[in-house]
Formats: sequence, structure tokens, C-alpha cells
Amino acid sequence: MLNIKNLQVGLEEEEKQILKGVDLNIGEGEVHAIMGPNGSGKSTTSYVLAGKDGYEVTGGSATLNGEELLDMEPEERAAAGLFLAFQYPVEIPGVGNMTFLRTAVNAQRKARGEEELSAGEFLKEVRAKAKSLKIDADMLKRPVNVGFSGGEKKRNEILQMAMLEPKMCVLDETDSGLDVDAMKLVAEGVNALRDGKRSFLVITHYQRLLDHIKPDVVHIMADGKIVKTGGPELALEVENNGYADILAEVA
Amino acid sequence: MAVSQPKLEGAANLAAHFTVPTGAKWANDTRANALSVFNAQGAPHKRDEYWRYTDPSALTAVPTAPAALFSNDEAPMFDGIDRVRVVFVDGIFDADQSDDLTLSGANIETLADVTGADIHWAKDLYGQLEANGQNPVQRPLAALNTAVADQGLVIHVTAKCEKPLAIRYVHSNENSDAVVHHVIKIDEGAEFTLLESGAGAARFNSVLEVDVADTAQFHHVRTQGRDHERKTVTHMFGRLGRESVLRSFTMTVNGVLTRNDAVLEFTGDDAQATVAGACAGDGTGFHHDDTVFVTHDSVNCESRQVFKKVLRNGATGVFQGKILVKEDAQKTDGYQISQGLLLDDNSNFLAKPELEIYADDVACSHGSTVGAIDDDALFYLISRGVPRKQAQDMLVLAFLAEAIEEIDNEELAEDILNRLAAWMERR
Repeated sequence: MLNIKNLQVGLEEEEKQILKGVDLNIGEGEVHAIMGPNGSGKSTTSYVLAGKDGYEVTGGSATLNGEELLDMEPEERAAAGLFLAFQYPVEIPGVGNMTFLRTAVNAQRKARGEEELSAGEFLKEVRAKAKSLKIDADMLKRPVNVGFSGGEKKRNEILQMAMLEPKMCVLDETDSGLDVDAMKLVAEGVNALRDGKRSFLVITHYQRLLDHIKPDVVHIMADGKIVKTGGPELALEVENNGYADILAEVA
Repeated sequence: MAVSQPKLEGAANLAAHFTVPTGAKWANDTRANALSVFNAQGAPHKRDEYWRYTDPSALTAVPTAPAALFSNDEAPMFDGIDRVRVVFVDGIFDADQSDDLTLSGANIETLADVTGADIHWAKDLYGQLEANGQNPVQRPLAALNTAVADQGLVIHVTAKCEKPLAIRYVHSNENSDAVVHHVIKIDEGAEFTLLESGAGAARFNSVLEVDVADTAQFHHVRTQGRDHERKTVTHMFGRLGRESVLRSFTMTVNGVLTRNDAVLEFTGDDAQATVAGACAGDGTGFHHDDTVFVTHDSVNCESRQVFKKVLRNGATGVFQGKILVKEDAQKTDGYQISQGLLLDDNSNFLAKPELEIYADDVACSHGSTVGAIDDDALFYLISRGVPRKQAQDMLVLAFLAEAIEEIDNEELAEDILNRLAAWMERR
């Protein structure tokens, strides 16, 4: 599904290398987690995959089902099936949540040569999916993320994911700022989208989220590289001992 | 200070270019006075403080520069709204294209028709609010308008009107130089909605005087035509009685020069006024100026000024907004916001917010910002699959929507928003 080879990335505006050769292969239907200390390059990986400005790719590749993501515009990556759930979803005053979602869904369908959803079809689908995420009609009507609580913002991300039906979902610290109940709700939303084909890359600091979204593979990232890969037990090791032991071990 | 020779000559040239109408005894004195005011003030000049950010020379040139006609297949503005339609072609009332001037709750006449009258109620309004509005700031182009206008509508509103009156200004002659003057008197408790659209002429000078009596309401929604080379100067003079409401919104796209002045005065307590504008400017030729002067001279009145301008490719947007709160105007609530959204580095937004307050128990606030599209918001939309141009349009519309929301009528607000979205898509 997602194949990242020797990905090297620096900042555009200053001489600073952030990713120093990341290798990562995620198969169809797999859930991978990336953990790592602050500043290790986890969020940068997600932004570079999604195509955010400000980064300069100096080497390597990232393909989604064989297609080079790094050559595509962000909207093309989305249409190709990539989805990034943001750590800090942006508030956009004046743009209605529903209008935005429908525009996005139909833009992607159009880009893929599929028929656009009618207003009625869309409404029916969004209502059903919003209900399972406990997103009420009022939240759908409000401007995108404006006045949403931390939990509401993250649920809104998952709603977008559910509506856009991506192949590859990247969740950037989706647990940050969430209380236990909100995290459970978000995790349930994510788990509902696991269908054996859709793949996930879950970026997190904490094991706790991985209790709810169970990963197949756990990677530890440090200083711009994947330094260790293992099963779910690796996340527990981090939780118990911190990163210091692992980093000392691989150094 | 002595008025400079070029200003005096400019006024003389401009006045000679037009004719002061005769025949209406009720208006003769007013017109003659306005002409002497104009001649004494001189033509506006870019060295005048009030024209500091906007060079008025295209508004004072004799003759006016021609403006190419603009045409496309889009439906007339406000087409979906149930309304009484009135058409002016190059500033001249066109009875054939207009509906009958009948609207329940209002008596509508044309200025040309009442010209023959010796006595008319309009005597107490025509040129009167304009004359009041000459102090403390001179408005020579409004005085000129009062002196020479023989076209416009004279409307007396006596009850709540069920539908709006919509004036469409058609521009059909490349060299037309139009002067239009409307007066509207709204009686106690009555309500009236005026819609205006269209470029009207190569050069268009309009004055609207509206007297909103106690507990009366005036709603005004205007779009200024898309003719790229048009020059427009408008003045709205409003007087608000006790518990009255005035809401005015203007959308401006295209045009080489637009100056919209709004001059409002609260004379009764507990009244509310809003002047709002959304403007989209494209290209170095585009210059759009909103100048507002609100005078609070009564207790517990609320005024809002909300202006949003999106500018690109070297366009310039100007906002000069003033709130004057006189000594006895306690409990005044004055609000003023002007925001420029620059889509590139070549465009300019100039703002001069002013508060002058002599009362001690008031709440006045003003803000002015200028910025670019929010990159994070843009990326958020694009990352969900919305193409970049469409995402940018969504953010621009969202920005302008905050001014459009000031329209107190959902149907009209939606009409404006849809039209704007369609224009952006065609671009």
C-alpha cells in the first residue's frame, strides 16, 4: 500500500535536515504505529506525505499503490486515497462544515472519474456517519471546526475520513488533547473503518491510544529515522521504560 | 484657507459641462445654492485630505473618459426576487423597461416628472440632507449632483412595503456621464427595501437621501456593475429617527474607480444603522474606496461599519471610516471593522479608521486588518481533495461572507453570495 524508501527531507527556509532516510512499508489492511520522542520527525513524515508546503524533499520516494506521492499536488494525493488526520485541525470561519465536506467528497469523486453525490445522497450518508461519531446536526452546520472542543475537532477529522473513504489513513497524534472517553470514541470511529483493505499509520506519543487501535507493527522513530521495528509489545516497552533504553540500545 | 485655482477651475469646467435644470420652482433655490457651494468648494483634488488615498481626477475630468460596455449572458441581478423593477439607461429613467411605479405602501415618482411642480414635499428633503452632510467635511461631488441632477426617484413610503423596489442601472453608451439623485422619505413605522444594481454609465454620480422617521426601517442592498472601465461616485445621506433602522450593503467588483460615501446621522434615540461592503478587486486599474461618516447625536444608538475587500494583481482598496459621538450621545455603541485580504504582494489596502468622542459613557470599537490567505486553512482544504483554486475561492468567499451576513434578509444575502460564487467560478 504505502512504501517509503530512504525519505530525506529538510526545511525549505533553513538548512535543517529533519528526515534522514526513512524506510517504511505498510501492506494492505495493516495498522502501523510510529512512536518516538519530540522532534524525531513523526509529524514531518505525515506532512510530507500529505504535501504541505515548507519542506524540501532531498531524496527518496513515497509511493501509494505504486504511484509516486511526492510528484503529486496535495489534492491529487487525497484523490489517490491518502488521508491525513491533523494533530491540530484548523478552524475555518465562514466555510460551513457540511459545504466543505460535500465539496471535498465530490472533488475527489470527480478527480477519480466517478459520479458526484447528489445533495440527498450526501446528506443521508453524512447523517448516518455523524451519528455513530456522536456529531450532532449543529456541529455539521457550523463553520469548519470553529468553536469545536478538542474532542469535537478530532471526531470531525474521523467523520471526514469516514466520508472520504481513503485507502491509506495517517493519524497524526490524534490522541493529543483528548480525555479517555473522547479517545475511545475516536478509536471506535477508526476501528469501524478497518475493513481488511484500508491501511493506517498511527502517529502517537503514548501506548494508550494503541490499546484502542491495535497495531500490527510498531516503529520507533528517532532523529529522522526509524530506529526499531517490532510488534505491539514494543509500544508497551516504551510505555514502561521510555525511549532512553531503546535509543541507547540502537545507538 | 483659500481654495486653489486648479480646484476652482475644475469646478467651473465640471459645472459648465452639465446643465442646471429649471422649471421646478420647489427645487430652483436648492439647486442654485448647491451650485454655489460646489463652485466655492472647488472640484475635489488628490491633495485634499478627504481624497488622500483616492485620486478623484477621473471623476472630475471633462469630458469623462469612455468606458467599454460589459455584457454576458448572466441573468439580471436580483432576478429571483419578487420586486418592482425600475430601469435607468445611462442615467435616464426608461419607462418602457420599467414596471408600473406602483407599490403598496409607497408613492413613487420620477424626479423628471415632479420637475413641473411648483410645490412638492420633496422640497424638504431634496438636497437638504446633502447640505447637512457638507459639514464638517466638504463633499463637492454631492453638491454638484444636487445642482444638476434631473433624473432619479422621489419616493414617499407610508407603510410597510411587501416587496422591494429594484433599480437597474444599464450602461449602454460608452461615453455616458450620468447624474442620478433619489430622495426617499419613510414615515413613522413604515418599511422600505431598495435594491440597486448595474454600472449605469461610463461615469456615474449618484446621491441617495433617505429620511428614516421614528420606528421606520430602510434596507438597502446594492451591487455595482462589472463594467471594467466605469467610474462611480455615490453618496448616501441618511437621517435616523427614534428606534429606526437603516441597513445598507454594497458589493463591488470591477470598475476602474469607485468611491462610495455614506453619511449617517442619528437624530432620535435607540436607533440602529449598519453600513457594510464586500469588494473584490482585480488588476492595477481597480481602485475602490468606502468612506463612511456616522454622527451620533442622540442616546443609545448603535452603528456598525463592516467592510471586507479582497484584492489581487495590483488592486487598491481604501476605507475611511469615522464615528463622531457628540457630547449628549450617551450609551452610543459604535463598531467599525475593515479588513483587506491581499492575494499577492502587488495589491494594497489602505485604512483610516477614526473615532471622535465627546460623550463619556459610550462603547466604541474599531479594528482594521490586512493579511493574506491563511496557508494552514488552504492546506487543510486541499489535503481533503479540494483543488487549490476552488479552495482559495472558498476562503475568499468565507472572508467576504462576514460582510454579506450584515444583510438582514436571508434570501437577499444568499442571492448575493451565490452571485459572487458564480462570478469567481467564471473568472
